[in-house]
Amino acid sequence: MTIRKKIDMMAYGPSLESADAAMEWLTNRGNQFGHFIDGSFTQPTNNFESQNPATGEKLAELTQATPADVDRSVTAARNAQENWERIGGPKRAYYLYAIARLLQKHGRLLAVLETLDNGKPIREARDIDVPLAQRHFYYHAGMAQLMQDTLPDRKAVGVCGQIIPWNFPLLMLAWKIAPAIAMGNTIVLKPAEYTSLTALFFAELCHQAHLPSGVVNIITGDSAVGAMIVAHPKIDKIAFTGSTDVGRKIRRVTAGTGKSLTLELGGKSPYIVFEDADLDSAVEGLVDAIWFNQGEVCCAGSRLLVQENISRLFLSKLRSRMDRLRIGNPLDKSIDVGAIVDPIQLETISQLVQAEHGGDIYQSEFTLPEQGYFYPPTLICGLHPTDPLMQEEIFGPVLVSTTFRTPSEAVELANNSRYGLAATIWTENLSLAFEISAQVVAGVVWINATNLFDAASGFGGVRESGFGREGGWEGLLPYTKSICKTPLLSSSVSFEGSQSLKYDVDRTAKLYIGGKQLRPDSGYYQKINDAKGRLIGHVPMANRKDIRNAVESANSAKNWLSTSGHARAQVIYYIAENLSIRANEFASRINMLSAQESGIKEVQKSIDRLFSYAAWADKFDGRIHDVPIRGLALARNEPVGTIGIFCSDHYPLLGLISVIAPAIAMGNTVISVVSEAFPLVATDFYQILETSDVPSGVINILTGSHTELAPHLAGHLAVDAVWSFSSSDISRIIEHESANNLKRTWVNYQQDYDWNNIQAREFLSAATEIKNIWVPYGV
Amino acid sequence: MTSPAGSKLEPIAELRNPGLPLDLPWVNSAQANTSAIERRVATMPRRRSVKKDWQAAWYLKAISCIDLTTIAGDDTNARVQRLCAKARQPVRADILHSLDIPIIHVGAVCVYHDMISAAVEALQETNIPVAAVSTGFPAGLTPFDLRVKEIERSVTAGAKEIDVVISRRLVLEGKWSELYDEIKTFRQACGESRIKVILATGELGTLRNIARTSLIAMMAGADFIKTSTGKENTNATLPVGLVMVRAIRDYFQRTGHNVGFKPAGGISKAKDALIYLTLIKEELGLRWLQPDLFRIGASSLLGDLERQLEHHFIGHYSSNYRHAIS
Repeated sequence: MTIRKKIDMMAYGPSLESADAAMEWLTNRGNQFGHFIDGSFTQPTNNFESQNPATGEKLAELTQATPADVDRSVTAARNAQENWERIGGPKRAYYLYAIARLLQKHGRLLAVLETLDNGKPIREARDIDVPLAQRHFYYHAGMAQLMQDTLPDRKAVGVCGQIIPWNFPLLMLAWKIAPAIAMGNTIVLKPAEYTSLTALFFAELCHQAHLPSGVVNIITGDSAVGAMIVAHPKIDKIAFTGSTDVGRKIRRVTAGTGKSLTLELGGKSPYIVFEDADLDSAVEGLVDAIWFNQGEVCCAGSRLLVQENISRLFLSKLRSRMDRLRIGNPLDKSIDVGAIVDPIQLETISQLVQAEHGGDIYQSEFTLPEQGYFYPPTLICGLHPTDPLMQEEIFGPVLVSTTFRTPSEAVELANNSRYGLAATIWTENLSLAFEISAQVVAGVVWINATNLFDAASGFGGVRESGFGREGGWEGLLPYTKSICKTPLLSSSVSFEGSQSLKYDVDRTAKLYIGGKQLRPDSGYYQKINDAKGRLIGHVPMANRKDIRNAVESANSAKNWLSTSGHARAQVIYYIAENLSIRANEFASRINMLSAQESGIKEVQKSIDRLFSYAAWADKFDGRIHDVPIRGLALARNEPVGTIGIFCSDHYPLLGLISVIAPAIAMGNTVISVVSEAFPLVATDFYQILETSDVPSGVINILTGSHTELAPHLAGHLAVDAVWSFSSSDISRIIEHESANNLKRTWVNYQQDYDWNNIQAREFLSAATEIKNIWVPYGV
Repeated sequence: MTSPAGSKLEPIAELRNPGLPLDLPWVNSAQANTSAIERRVATMPRRRSVKKDWQAAWYLKAISCIDLTTIAGDDTNARVQRLCAKARQPVRADILHSLDIPIIHVGAVCVYHDMISAAVEALQETNIPVAAVSTGFPAGLTPFDLRVKEIERSVTAGAKEIDVVISRRLVLEGKWSELYDEIKTFRQACGESRIKVILATGELGTLRNIARTSLIAMMAGADFIKTSTGKENTNATLPVGLVMVRAIRDYFQRTGHNVGFKPAGGISKAKDALIYLTLIKEELGLRWLQPDLFRIGASSLLGDLERQLEHHFIGHYSSNYRHAIS
């Protein structure tokens, strides 16, 4: 073609990034890879293929790990862990820094390799994935350095099993490995079977950085290998990023094993455009939201909500923009949308779209490449929440949309989802933006921007988008644990006997639900004897209906979360005041029940604790993360929601107050299942609540069998978290049932808790979720 | 898979923009989110890449869109004649020959009023128009009747394009209807000559003001909207360019009329020219990549473009002195 003709066409022409260096790297290794275990590569065997989704060509043969491989890698990690932790943060910082530098030196090759393996545009791999991966290692080199000073009461968890997805292979590896090894953990990581190559390249970098053998082990294979890691008894923690379904399975498999768990799962994140937004910028934002990485992004802004009065204009702008997207060979530097990672994923996307009969579908016209797996950018508008695609994650370049009339309707639509990963808000009205960012249920909120990421800011979701945060200070918590040792809990049994104590006037203990004293649904009561074996009263035996009622009450008391910290403190102080007036009465009740003389001490401690959490109510501040944008990344502590708590059996008052006080101080509502052995203290206590201005429904008190109630409370889909400090063996069932809606759990595995010396921050953290709100600004 | 109405508007007719009655609600609805706009322009050159023959073609396109400019106090007839000579033959003949391009010239020559006749004479028998900066350029603070008169005199002298400056204070004071009237009067004074309205964006304070002023200028009948005089502290920048081309797109989508865009000042490298061409192609489309709708106001850019073309031709990086100056 002549240049004259080219002047007329003004096309971009091909601009291919060379794949030579990456292909040479593969060829030099015989296009075959084993696992990286204990500092060296194993012989390749048991092969499966890794292919380039843009061409369908085979790139390499990888090795499917066997149970023996998993064992060897766990053993290597286990053997390396003690020393890796002992050398200390500053020494570990050297290694992380070296890895960051190496990632930078090999940045271009890694970007090309990622594009070959995953199908993502080279522009994204080069400008986003690889620089962010480097940034994570630099940032966490700093965290290793500062660990001793900033987290003196935390230590490494141990050996971490990490399972990562195929959408950001190197970046997810960095998100997982950097904080883990910075804190002194060692790891066994499994990349996704479609995209293992950059992880294997990374293994070579670990070798070049002289990372001690066994600190990082990388094994390849499909979900069967993931399952082996999850089930492995010698692994202390599992970190998983992937689909909600698999996350749920992992939660069930690890239930009761004592493994700590973080899950970063799916999403159907709302992208809300208000009438006063910069519409062109909001359209451009959608390109970054749903057509970034072919829409294969867990936090993709995949659910467009547009204010009704601008929707025609906005959608027309959007369709024009779609027409200018360039789809094709991901190695071309002028490509916006590359290949779908695998034919199976392509099929999934196609089927989901084909099955949707609602709405109007728009796909820009262009020629799909002849080879490889591509799907056109797609918009389906005019959908309703009843349409499956408004609810289900597609994980492809498909945007669905509907309209709203008012800000409150926008919030209602946004939150009408099982997921809660991210949300995007476009408006020039900052007052509106902050109000919506507070109300929307999500772990990350972007205002007038989308898909902003940085190592300094936590990332992670709520609801069925999983739990745990990656990045920032909050991201270190899952990779550390308290240095305090806790003893094994002795089982606590109620006393038996046949005598009864005579009262002048009979008293009836009830359940305390929604601010009312209620009889149990079952109509059954349980006898309670004191230490001398005398029958001193009856308590209701709550059942699943009482749980249902308590949860309803707790969920209708949500005004509590918007009450100011100061106001919540006033209520908690008032509880303390009223308890102190009746201190002697409670002390003698405790003494009578437990046959000890420590009652007054427990009451005094309980009052202190109320004072302590009243103090915290308005002081558990958020942060402003130092992210590299002109703007703010606000880490805001929000209440978890409705928390179900199985209280300590041993400390009938202190064990109750120590858990409900932090929960309500942070704005949660509580369903407490009180000490099974000594419940009468708690049923006396609701009288104090009634006189202390506690709004109805904020604190609910149930009595009865922990074992019987645990599956119902943990399985209830409108409960956001369950804690257990019970002496009953209910940790496993709680974790197992929590998988239904992936509620947060904090259970004791029969370990005692030192109620006299608690770590307040541990409770406050459990009672809050961090929402990171990104607010870029500029004139 | 049909395209609903509105998503792909074709121009209703390639008529000169007649303008509109002032539509203040539309003006006031214009928004411009600075950080989002900055992100867009920061990724623009990373998202698109033009190499080899295509790159040469783009460079030639850029040359054809240059308003080759001299607007200095020491301009003389001879200086202007030299500029016009370069305008007629912006690229060395052997380079053009190697690219198989028979002829190419710049978009226009841009001068002060007093230099118009020299330029018109020097450009005889070409169809290169002469553009004149006008209306008390660059500050625009001479008496209003004189500013209008200046336009009329320049038109009479043979300027086919008039680059007018607006009263920035009317923007800063929020006097939108006065601004509209001012530009409309300028347009009438231009008659058949094309009017380029210089917003002097470096003095408008915010991107939002730039978006709104762009709309006002188009409603008042601008043929082109232009960023800067080249004399403000900040001249053409990509964020400003993006805001203005989006306003042009909005105006087109609502009225069907094409308005041109002219960034001016500070664009001196071939690479910058490619980025602006990309911006136009991405945000406005191919129709706008013609000299009747896109100009770059520049003086030193041409030299760099010529050097890059020689590089394309001989395979080595070139030097300044190998190319004729303007």
